[in-house]
Amino acid sequence: MVYLTRRYRFAAAHRLHSDALSEEENQTVYGKCNNPYGHGHNYVLEVTVAGSIDPATGMVMELGFLDGTVEKEVLERFDHKHLNLDVETFRNLVPTTENLCIEIYKLLRTKLEASNGALSARLERIRLEETNSNFFEYEGQ
Amino acid sequence: MVYLTRRAEFSASHYYHNPEMTPEENRRIFGKCNNPHGHGHNYTLDVTVVGEVDPRTGVVLDLKDLKKLLEAEVLRLMDHRFLNKEVPAFARKIPTTENIAIEIWKLLESKLPVGKLHRIRLYESPDLYVDYCGE
Repeated sequence: MVYLTRRYRFAAAHRLHSDALSEEENQTVYGKCNNPYGHGHNYVLEVTVAGSIDPATGMVMELGFLDGTVEKEVLERFDHKHLNLDVETFRNLVPTTENLCIEIYKLLRTKLEASNGALSARLERIRLEETNSNFFEYEGQ
Repeated sequence: MVYLTRRAEFSASHYYHNPEMTPEENRRIFGKCNNPHGHGHNYTLDVTVVGEVDPRTGVVLDLKDLKKLLEAEVLRLMDHRFLNKEVPAFARKIPTTENIAIEIWKLLESKLPVGKLHRIRLYESPDLYVDYCGE
């Protein structure tokens, strides 16, 4: 089994605010991130796929296929967007980096596995850096 | 059990080509990497060894020994080389990052004086790396 990790970048705005919490609770829990006008980050996304090497190509997954899928499913959807306002999923879900990480996993898992032809590679992990100081990982459960 | 990782860097050139595929297939699958004159990367290699701490020395293994081993087994073979043409393992096998990581595992696995090889992590660039743990 070989694990291949590819890094991507996107920039987006968000606001952390939960309707399930009072104004004070939102302030306490989210602090500056609760600012009603939102704020932004340069996210760094690492996508790890796992599988055996195709002897014909020497690769776990064709990079063009991986890049194209991430571009279409993730970057086009999130890059230079306001996550709360521009992305349907986050109309009723707080766009914390935890939730964003899980959403990216869901967007990629079936696309990477369904369209990968004869290769057996599968999505192993999503790692999402919100800043240099914090990152989140999700492996599907 | 303690995991120790030592980093080494090497520069090499390569190209991706499978003679059993048509030129069009090669170009479609490998893109720019199919240029037969090759292109190069600065590879970063992280070698992770797992073992017990020797109570007399406080270390898993002597870092100088590991450094020498990486130089003798990997860098001497691959640093400043055209991998397809100069490294026998890649005469027929495409020197993808995946295959290079596995080859480095094979070169090092049986050579460690103490501890056990745990993982090879090979960066082709800051945005692409491969992990191989032996099976």
